[in-house]
Amino acid sequence: MSILSTNPLRDPQDRRLPQIAGPCVLVIFGVTGDLSRKKLMPAVYDLANRGMLPPGFGLVGFARRDWATQDFAQQVHDAVKENARTEFREEVWEQLLEGIRFVPGTFDDDDAFIRLRDTIQELDNARGTGGNHAFYLSIPPSSFEIVVSQLKRHGLTERTEHNWNRVVIEKPFGHDLASARDLNEVVSSLFDPHEVFRIDHYLGKETVQNMMALRFANQMFEPIWNNHYVSHVQITMAEDIGIGGRAGYYDGIGAARDVIQNHLLQLLALTAMEEPTSFEASQLRAEKKKVLAAARVPENMDLHTARGQYCAGWQGGRPVKGYLEEDGVDPASNTETYAAIRVDVENRRWAGVPFYLRAAKRMPRRVTEVALSFKRAPHLPFTATDTEDLGVNALVMRIQPDEGVTLRFGAKVPGTQMEIREVSMDFGYGGSFTESSPEAYERLILDVLLGDPPLFPLQEEVELSWKILDPVIEHWAAQTEQPQPYVAGSWGPQCGIDMLAADGFTWRRP
Amino acid sequence: MIIELNDTSTKEIAAELLRARQSVGGTGGMVHTLIVVAEDHNSADVFEAAQASARVHPSRVIVVVYSDSGDPHLDAEIQVGEGTPGDLLALRIHGSEIREHAGSVILPLLLPDSPTIVWWPHEAPENPANDPVGALGDRRITDAAGSENPKVALTTRARNHTPGDTDLAWTRLTRWRALLAASLDQYPHTVTGAVVKAAHDNAPAMLLAAWLEDRLDVEARMEVHERPGVSEVRLETADGDIVINRGNSDAIALYNVPGQPERKVALKRRPLTELLTEELQRMDADDIFEAAVGRVLVKVGP
Repeated sequence: MSILSTNPLRDPQDRRLPQIAGPCVLVIFGVTGDLSRKKLMPAVYDLANRGMLPPGFGLVGFARRDWATQDFAQQVHDAVKENARTEFREEVWEQLLEGIRFVPGTFDDDDAFIRLRDTIQELDNARGTGGNHAFYLSIPPSSFEIVVSQLKRHGLTERTEHNWNRVVIEKPFGHDLASARDLNEVVSSLFDPHEVFRIDHYLGKETVQNMMALRFANQMFEPIWNNHYVSHVQITMAEDIGIGGRAGYYDGIGAARDVIQNHLLQLLALTAMEEPTSFEASQLRAEKKKVLAAARVPENMDLHTARGQYCAGWQGGRPVKGYLEEDGVDPASNTETYAAIRVDVENRRWAGVPFYLRAAKRMPRRVTEVALSFKRAPHLPFTATDTEDLGVNALVMRIQPDEGVTLRFGAKVPGTQMEIREVSMDFGYGGSFTESSPEAYERLILDVLLGDPPLFPLQEEVELSWKILDPVIEHWAAQTEQPQPYVAGSWGPQCGIDMLAADGFTWRRP
Repeated sequence: MIIELNDTSTKEIAAELLRARQSVGGTGGMVHTLIVVAEDHNSADVFEAAQASARVHPSRVIVVVYSDSGDPHLDAEIQVGEGTPGDLLALRIHGSEIREHAGSVILPLLLPDSPTIVWWPHEAPENPANDPVGALGDRRITDAAGSENPKVALTTRARNHTPGDTDLAWTRLTRWRALLAASLDQYPHTVTGAVVKAAHDNAPAMLLAAWLEDRLDVEARMEVHERPGVSEVRLETADGDIVINRGNSDAIALYNVPGQPERKVALKRRPLTELLTEELQRMDADDIFEAAVGRVLVKVGP
């Protein structure tokens, strides 16, 4: 926070003034991809529109396309118009346009990287971006090595006292513990740990901070946040889509590696961790690491894990293909599209409280949530018929869509009969504040540009997560039969239901 | 659902409001109560602005219109579920007697617990915090530009400033202030002087100069410019000036920092709803604004 103390125009009390990133160039590799078009470019525009990008900002696209800079600018323009969260304004676009460049080439093309270096230097001079560069690797992990070595060879990451270089990589961070370590070696050969930003775009900083605020800014939740009151926790990420055009990436990876390893285990860590001593990055990480280190999947994996694969069916009134019929998928593939595991957190707070994690594609609807189910009251002074409809209390943190919190509890049905039924009390971020939450990518990109890393997982957390998941993946790989099929548009296979039934629970319908 | 109530009472309004909410299936979860106070003659555009705010924020908006004509009585119109997530109440208060006790009309209609904001889009009372309606607010928003003589209005506000008061003249400056702060982030040099060029009756410019003086401890000179609003701000340093100049454009400014190329930045006048949204984001008193209006008083005398 040195800026605050030296700049007389800034004051911590002056909260109207946004933190504006310093001048810099954002270089996106894999800029023609879906993610870039749907998320990255709109996020850059939204930041500019909210006045958070500096005067002196460059955006460089690198891809194997025969494009001139104008063609690329047109692409960005279209992507922004189509997908930006905020209104399109000509003057904001004009400001951005001045700093947009495109460099065509392949990753093994030395000339292309020389052109890239020249382009960045030209921007540094013409736009005053001061040698500050962020490299966004929106590319498959298999290409990391060559890109990183090209950056190194052509001197694109020179450091002096006054500039910075940062790199952004996205999940998956490897496909098991060993590959995660290899990947880290590649990246850390050129970048220091504090220069590496690992992005899990499902888990925006906003969400993490919302969870922190709910848990630690309130008095009424923390006392019941333990095994005295909580019976079990369900963490769900359901997607209504299939694999779409991503067969090449998804087949052989599966739901557990794709989502559970990073996203759901991070949600588990945030739900189960102790209160950090402060919200500094290092303190938060220390607490998350402790939980991940204490978490493991029970020995009997046949009983406590479940995997499934969607087959053809009807979803939302439309016929959809089964996984094995999707384009580009091996017809004999045993990749799971539904993965559910039980994780036990072995510490005093959580001993005896199973955490159930499930991730799946082709579910009835798109939803991510963390649900804490509470034990039944130890004594109910009502007759059994009075409480026939009474379930258990639950606290649900809805992550998406419609981020918010739901409390479920029993209430008396109006009338002369004594009858108690479950009701919901709802809070939604969208409906309770005068401002809407920024897109996850907006926060992420701004943090990268500001050099504000707090909530990104570091390598150690990535490795701890793999340590939890690796035994499950090995166990599944040793199976000869296929993952259990489930009809697309349903809430998953029977084995998933049985897995909870074995412990006496049922999945919530999110 | 729109309900009109003539010659009514607060009790009746509250009962009808509850009934309307139940039949529309209201969502609850309203964020705040926004009270908009206007005189009869300019109630139309105020109503529009209030509606716009109600569409953006799930809130209860109460438009209070004073009318001197007729016997003292109260008319009301309730709108629930008319394309707004919250409630919209229009109260027309006839006669000066009720006007003096307008607080008693509105108090029962405030949302429980959540904050109350009072907004005067045009002329505001001399001392907003002492006004019968203003006293109900946690925050009071005035708009010097909406009054006949903006600069006089702003100095009056400065004299009677109470924590919780802000003026939209200040909100209009946020983008300017953000850019100036960013320029000093990037170019951390000691500022020796400042110049603000603006239209002669521009209240935000007066406030901007006061803010710069307060923060930088230098003299900020005002120069008159023929274009409306603030046109240019110049921060002088030993190695040259930091200049942000809107030129002839209404949307783009040129940004100059010594030793760096000239760059364009988006700097558009923001619409009223956007200004109001910024005001509604924070419910605590704005200390920086307080310091700036304090500085205005130092310049013009108490």
